[in-house]
Amino acid sequence: MSSILDVHNLTKTYKNGSNTLTVLDEVSFTIEKGATFAIVGPSGSGKTTLLGLCAGLDRPTTGWVSLDGHELHKLNEDQRAALRNQTVGFIFQNFQLIPTLTALENVMVPMELNKTAGAKSKAMDLLAKVGLAERHHHYPTQLSGGEQQRVSLARAFSNHPKILFADEPTGNLDEETSEKVVNLIFDLNKEAGTTLVLVTHDLELAQRTQRVIRLKGGKIVADQLNVA
Amino acid sequence: MKDFTWLLKMAWRDSRRSRSRLFLFISSIILGVAALVAIQTFSDNLQQDIDEQARTIIGADLVLNSNRQFPPDIVAIMDSIGGEQSSQVSFASMVFFPKSQGTRLVEVRAIKGNFPYYGEIDTDPSQASRQFQDSKQALVDRTLLLQFSSNTGDSIRVGDLGFGISGSVLDAPSQTGITATVAPPVYIPLQYLESTGLIKKGSRIRYSRFIKFDDPSQVGAVMEAVRPRLEKEDIDIDTVQSTKEDLGETFGNLTKFLSFVAFAALLLGCIGVASSVHIYVKEKLDTVAVLRCIGAKGPQALWIYLCQIIAMGLLGSVIGAAGGSALQLLLPTVFSDFLPLDVSLSISWQAIFNGIVIGLTISILFALVPLIKVRRISPLRVLRSGYESADDRDPLLWSIYVCIFGFVLAFSYWQGIGDWGDAFVFTLALLAAFAILSLVAKLITWAIRKFFPTNWNFIWRQSLANLYRPQNQTLILIVSIGLGTALIATLYFVQQLLISQVSFSSRGDQPNMVLFDIQTEQTAAVSQLATAHDLPLIQEVPIVTMQLIEVNGHTKSDAVEDTTIAYPKWAFNREYRVTYRNHLIDSEELAEGTWDSTSMENRDTIFISMDQGFAENMKVSLGDELLFNVQGAPIKTVIGSFRKVEWNRVQTNFLVVFPKGILEEAPQFHVLMTKVNSPEKSADFQREVVSQFPNISIIDLNLILSTVNEILDKVAFVIRFMALFSILTGLIVLISSVIISKFQRIKESVLLRTLGAQKKQIMAINALEYFFLGSLASTVGLLLALASTWALAYFSFDSTFVPSLWPLLMVYVIITGVTMLIGLLNSKGVLSKPPLEVLRSEI
Ligand SMILES: Nc1ncnc2c1ncn2[C@@H]1O[C@H](COP(=O)(O)OP(=O)(O)O)[C@@H](O)[C@H]1O
Ligand SMILES: [Mg+2]
Repeated sequence: MSSILDVHNLTKTYKNGSNTLTVLDEVSFTIEKGATFAIVGPSGSGKTTLLGLCAGLDRPTTGWVSLDGHELHKLNEDQRAALRNQTVGFIFQNFQLIPTLTALENVMVPMELNKTAGAKSKAMDLLAKVGLAERHHHYPTQLSGGEQQRVSLARAFSNHPKILFADEPTGNLDEETSEKVVNLIFDLNKEAGTTLVLVTHDLELAQRTQRVIRLKGGKIVADQLNVA
Repeated sequence: MKDFTWLLKMAWRDSRRSRSRLFLFISSIILGVAALVAIQTFSDNLQQDIDEQARTIIGADLVLNSNRQFPPDIVAIMDSIGGEQSSQVSFASMVFFPKSQGTRLVEVRAIKGNFPYYGEIDTDPSQASRQFQDSKQALVDRTLLLQFSSNTGDSIRVGDLGFGISGSVLDAPSQTGITATVAPPVYIPLQYLESTGLIKKGSRIRYSRFIKFDDPSQVGAVMEAVRPRLEKEDIDIDTVQSTKEDLGETFGNLTKFLSFVAFAALLLGCIGVASSVHIYVKEKLDTVAVLRCIGAKGPQALWIYLCQIIAMGLLGSVIGAAGGSALQLLLPTVFSDFLPLDVSLSISWQAIFNGIVIGLTISILFALVPLIKVRRISPLRVLRSGYESADDRDPLLWSIYVCIFGFVLAFSYWQGIGDWGDAFVFTLALLAAFAILSLVAKLITWAIRKFFPTNWNFIWRQSLANLYRPQNQTLILIVSIGLGTALIATLYFVQQLLISQVSFSSRGDQPNMVLFDIQTEQTAAVSQLATAHDLPLIQEVPIVTMQLIEVNGHTKSDAVEDTTIAYPKWAFNREYRVTYRNHLIDSEELAEGTWDSTSMENRDTIFISMDQGFAENMKVSLGDELLFNVQGAPIKTVIGSFRKVEWNRVQTNFLVVFPKGILEEAPQFHVLMTKVNSPEKSADFQREVVSQFPNISIIDLNLILSTVNEILDKVAFVIRFMALFSILTGLIVLISSVIISKFQRIKESVLLRTLGAQKKQIMAINALEYFFLGSLASTVGLLLALASTWALAYFSFDSTFVPSLWPLLMVYVIITGVTMLIGLLNSKGVLSKPPLEVLRSEI
């Protein structure tokens, strides 16, 4: 199987006056197409930073990332945006729905950016899949956290992404809701054959993926395969 | 294309929840556009009315005026023109009302013929204006009749002759409310002028001939043939065409000034647009980041918001234009006392179009400054809220700044300054004010952080810290409130300055009565009469009237034909009233040259002294040769000195002063100034003078002063009326910046509430924060206003500006108070809701 994400010697440092803070230190790994993958580690260990670099939301200090065969450092901001639009889906801890759009419209946005035909009916289908068909006209503030996260899940899958990045998708949710959302993520993922990169500090959740890497102080301290 | 419709759709959707806020920013340009459209509509209508009514203003196709009797050959020329003609001789004189024993200065118009040919002298009864010439009858201004409780049928004495009053004048050609109050008109038949005994050499008399052509289209051709001959005799030629041009110029200046005031309102509106869009964009940063994250390109994000701005800008401009068109209904009422014509009310599509284009341009240009950031919002914000990409300067921003600079420059030129250099200076000054305010804001945030008073109590510390915390509004609020304060205060100070310039300084020992047209042989007797009435002889000066023929050998026609000769045409057209003396008086001082040279001892050259400002306007310098025509005798003179004259003192001041020993024998009249303490004494003395010397005119300065004050009040009202727009716009800008900034403060207030802060504490924190902002901004704004007013006073009005404390304090208190008030009203909205609801609501 070919790889979809290639991370090579990735280092990220922040300058703070005279201090240099190394957040990621020479991180390397490769993810195969269709795999499920978890990044775990304590808060502040650099998980979000790593995810941001993998998705091309930020530039590394040194090292490079290759996403679906595109070396991100060779693309400009707009090209990376286009790549994200076509190949990447996102789920965030704090949902990040656009507060001024309804649930349905939030799901439609990536398809509309992509000029996909029939965006509305597809978006309705997706909302139905996450169980929110009858809430489509509600604004994010009218939805509970779990519902918001399900809308963002629908949005993430709307463009048939090859890879889905999820940054602590259940961090803001209670246990029961988490369970529902996680199941949805894995179900939709299986159905679409998407690669999943899951950032979490929930070890139980991490066990449901095929491979787990553990970050600590910006370094990979463990890389383990789960037996299904 | 499909992309574009999607952008429109996104813009529409995104605006749904924030339309009221979008409207807020656009409301700040509504008033500016309204003021602009109102003024321009008024000015368009005025121009059209001038074109239509010029004929009735001069009352004939051609009017010839002269300060001397027309020579026989000119009379022959005029007679040969044919058509219908009327003659008029007019001058200022005292009249006497036997019924009430009152005397008053009026303008006597002795007339023969059917003038006016267009329009009419509006009298009561109406047939009086056509019949009074048949017998010894007079038409008297209505307010004059009221003042001396006389009626039609009573009598009036003009010079040595009594006339029956056959009608009261309600309105006459080229008459405004103001001219009629200073010297109200009295019409008498020309055939009786001789026997009034008022025509003596030296009095200032105006001879006019009104001509109605059988074929008015011939005026131009006929005038071309005789113009050189007429101009040689210093005869003024007024045609319908030249009246249009003169009026157009005069009122063009008026409307230009007013549209400049409207422009100030619009500029304030620009600040409002920029500051509120700035804050709007800050709110939208996260939305844009999400859009970017899921693949929207920078320009796409920009367009979504630009579409919103364009729509709102258009809406605001259209509302403004509609409001402005309605507003112009008020303007003619405000101006009626100044205008010699009736202004019609109609919609000017040109003005509306201009207003909308300007409003839209301004919204887009000024909104782009903050909006352009949207292109570069990092998608990383999605993961890390508050993340701002490294502040690399956007080159496009500079092109927008250049556009704005160009726009303000072009607009201020076109809108009233009318000179590229001055417009440039004005634009630079605005820029400097902007820079100073930004600098002050930056300095303040830096200083507070550096010298933070850690031992103050929580509330003070919290409100102070709000000034520099991330997401603070310090810069934008200080710049917008400060610039607003500066513009409004400058307008106010300049108004005070203008009013103080024209009002007379009335010190205790100043004269309040002026006797003029005194013949040389009457001077001794008049002085005696004054002394007999216990009146002081404060000043007694001779006056000789003359005409300028050549400057350094150049005549008027040279100056007209040769553009390299800078001497202005008006210098040759005006009448010079000149006195002669060998000393300076206390309202003047020597500015340049030597006064001594004005003495005639052992000298052949006649050195004269000129008012410095006048000489500057006339573009002459020391040593230049001026040739005057003194009632027929040419006199060659050289400019020996310049004087600086304090014109607003009650004095007889002169532009040109001759030395003694030249003009003694020239036809002249004398002016006597005195001071009368009571109205009864004044009436007694006036009556005596008029009965003994009917040719002498008396001006009661108390009367004039109250008239002048009345006029000034009206002028001040017009200025205030226009300034009101700036002030209201400023208020809206203030309200919108503060309201919008609320959305930045809510999160924090809610958090504090959740942590257990009490209502009072949060109110106090907000109030203090806005108090700091309001104080700082209004103080800096006031300092800027003081500086700009001082500069205007020094460079444009040639005077010094002395600020008074109270207005300064007032502006400070009002601006700071309003800022605080609005800030408080704002936080009330947050406090009245439970924190939970606010947390859930979109912020
Ligand atoms: N812009 C920044 N400047 C300085 N330090 C940063 C910045 N962004 C993140 N960090 C630091 O990087 C480290 C890793 O952060 P993050 O990737 O968010 O960790 P995690 O996602 O595991 O919680 C943290 O110590 C954080 O303080
Ligand atoms: Mg994280």
